[in-house]
Amino acid sequence: MRYVDEFRDPALASALVKEIGAISARLERGRDRPFAIMEVCGGHTHAIFRYGLEGLLPDLVEFVHGPGCPVCVLPMGRVDDCVAIAEREEVIFATFGDAMRVPGSKKSLLQAKADGADVRMVYSPLDALALAKRNPGRQVVFFGLGFETTMPSTALTVLRAAREGVENFSLFCNHITIIPTLRALLEQPDLGIDGFIGPGHVSMVIGTAPYRFIAEEFHKPLVVAGFEPIDLLQSLLMVLRQIEAGTAAIENQYARVVPEHGNPQALKAVEDVYEPRETFEWRGLGSIAGSGVRLRAPYAAFDAEKRFSVPDVKVADPSSCRCGEVLTGAVKPWACPEFGTGCTPETPLGALMVSSEGSCAAYYQYGGVRGEAA
Amino acid sequence: MNIPVLTPTRRRPLTHKIVTLAHGGGGSAMRDLIDDVFLAAFSGDGRAAPEDQARFDLAALMAHGDRLAFTTDGFVVDPLFFPGGDIGKLAVCGTVNDLAVGGATPVALSCAVIIEEGLPVETLRQVAASMAQTARAAGVAIATGDTKVVARGACDKLFITTTGIGVVRRGLDVGIDRARPGDVLLVNGLLGDHGAAILNARGDLALETAIESDCAPLNGLIDTLIKAAPGIRMMRDATRGGVAAVVNELAEASAVGVRLRELSLPMRAEVMGFCEILGLDPLYLANEGKILAVVPPEEADAALAALRAHPLGREAAIIGAVTAQRPGRVVMQTRFGGERIVDMLVGDQLPRIC
Amino acid sequence: MCLGIPGQIVAVADEDAMLCVVDVSGVRRAVDVVCVAEPGAPLSDLVGAWVLVHVGFAMSRIDEEEAAATLKVLTEIGEAAAEMEALTQGSVDLGSVDLYPARTQ
Repeated sequence: MRYVDEFRDPALASALVKEIGAISARLERGRDRPFAIMEVCGGHTHAIFRYGLEGLLPDLVEFVHGPGCPVCVLPMGRVDDCVAIAEREEVIFATFGDAMRVPGSKKSLLQAKADGADVRMVYSPLDALALAKRNPGRQVVFFGLGFETTMPSTALTVLRAAREGVENFSLFCNHITIIPTLRALLEQPDLGIDGFIGPGHVSMVIGTAPYRFIAEEFHKPLVVAGFEPIDLLQSLLMVLRQIEAGTAAIENQYARVVPEHGNPQALKAVEDVYEPRETFEWRGLGSIAGSGVRLRAPYAAFDAEKRFSVPDVKVADPSSCRCGEVLTGAVKPWACPEFGTGCTPETPLGALMVSSEGSCAAYYQYGGVRGEAA
Repeated sequence: MNIPVLTPTRRRPLTHKIVTLAHGGGGSAMRDLIDDVFLAAFSGDGRAAPEDQARFDLAALMAHGDRLAFTTDGFVVDPLFFPGGDIGKLAVCGTVNDLAVGGATPVALSCAVIIEEGLPVETLRQVAASMAQTARAAGVAIATGDTKVVARGACDKLFITTTGIGVVRRGLDVGIDRARPGDVLLVNGLLGDHGAAILNARGDLALETAIESDCAPLNGLIDTLIKAAPGIRMMRDATRGGVAAVVNELAEASAVGVRLRELSLPMRAEVMGFCEILGLDPLYLANEGKILAVVPPEEADAALAALRAHPLGREAAIIGAVTAQRPGRVVMQTRFGGERIVDMLVGDQLPRIC
Repeated sequence: MCLGIPGQIVAVADEDAMLCVVDVSGVRRAVDVVCVAEPGAPLSDLVGAWVLVHVGFAMSRIDEEEAAATLKVLTEIGEAAAEMEALTQGSVDLGSVDLYPARTQ
């Protein structure tokens, strides 16, 4: 597969691992804890586990798995709202597959489907729009979630629905933005993160400029990375080189896909359709100002929250969960008392066990070699 | 082998276009449906009358081995017809393969169908013809059966249950608990075709591919494998849950570690592309024509050669080894020398966006 | 976050609806190309282009030169590692590097 296989080349991986080892050996002197490099994006977390990259790293370097899984950070109350909409007689509720297992306070969409709700798994919001056209007598609601990567796709689908006059289509918007969340994370007083691997596919939409504050205000390096194992190893090396040089800059390892200024058409669609919410609640992290979006007034007709009344009740995370601390890199998943006992992929309690992108689920499923040893 | 075969006594062509509840009512409509659709397809050389049970000559069976193998499986696939197969072919292959992986020579199957009223008779004919053809290819008889019709909504179009008997070869003892450290793990070909073909055939994902189900009866292939590797420890068909499910069961039941090598897993480019698009892991995709086999190290080369010499094993490969490390765990060596644990999934794999 | 995969645009599916057919290893699907099309240019200009596909939308045109530049840097790192190896061990045979070290607990 072009643009994929080249970046999975074991010989290159071997060279990168050696180089990372060499830097780490030079940095080791006087260091009492490992360098913690956070990969913000759940897709990166997935790739790290899928390719077993953690086991290749020297002891002095570790990945901290960040909050970038939109499925994991969806709060329970929003899932309850989904279920309430999905269970309406007239509704076909269309969703990405990985959102189906996220637990609400009473049930997940998968359970709602078993109870008779018409829940359909689709690959694209375009497929939900097509469902609406094929079923004019039904209300088709698309469960919009995801970061800036996914936002243009739902925005463009809403614009398409408006243009084609598809009145029985609406969007339940749960999109979130990564920048306010990174800021909230960086403002934590005891943050133990030495550098960041930046989200490649978010960046192909927003570009690299929005990350500048991380280097300028917080003096942390960030390297925007692709999703193949070579991409990740090279980006890690770039972060370590910055640490060695004592610099903090925003670099772009994924220039083949990420233009410096992002994608203007995608940004325009997002700007046209969405406006920021004052605040949005994240599972495990609490409310973060400016981190969510909703449909603008001209597209209110396509807003499922306006079309259907939803319970909109906040549901607190279980008190025993340490998701928030895992997300900020303060503790490892297996330090949580619920990990693997009260909280498993089958019966997830916390955000991070929900999707395979979540670091707890990833550790549970793929059993991080270090995790098992600990 | 002396196998009784049902034969129609009086065949009356069915004039109805769709199946109704009357066809399950026990009267002449039902008799006609069975005669004209099933018996017409399954009938053999006409030695036996249509009794309620098939009867077997024990002495004839015992010529082939010393133990009876007995298995059953229900088939509920959606859609009924998919690239590379249909529910009928699947129902025969599934049970034939479940017998064969136990070291048995499959002898005969039963076929129970549950039909949702409204199913076109033509659909039923196609499924019956496919079952008959697959059974012939596998060298087994469909010796007895049952038909039920249920009200609309009580089942989804057509469910089939096949039960099979076979005779286990004398002296052969294969089992999921028999793997030992040092043993070698083989597969007879490309992985994930069936799972990808079915997911795609449902049409919800609007993808176009030429991927076809690998659905096939494997008793012939297994025959050659056993001859080449008489010390074979275990065989399993990697159906639901894919390769990952079988190797995990193996690791647990045999209290051994299993080490897979990612680079050795045979897979077609389209299946990899399909998985990349949807964020699926091919290790968990279902197969319907793939077995995993564990053989002692000294028989590995012969086993691989035998598999590759068979039309259903051309892409066979050694994909891993049994180890003494981390009993109960399956570890995959990724292409970078990294490691990851391959666990069982909780439920079905769902396409990801993230 | 955000599964995306490179694919090649092989045909125009619907000019008015801004849909093209993308091929990923023989798997094809119609995708929205609004984000990668030159405004005003015919979609046929896109045929042959490699794009990054996310949930049915082509989100970025893959820049061949940038990909080549990244690979060049990587190759240099590989060569540097090999030279270092040669200095310390007197061998430049990357092929003999054990890519699959046994990692036992």
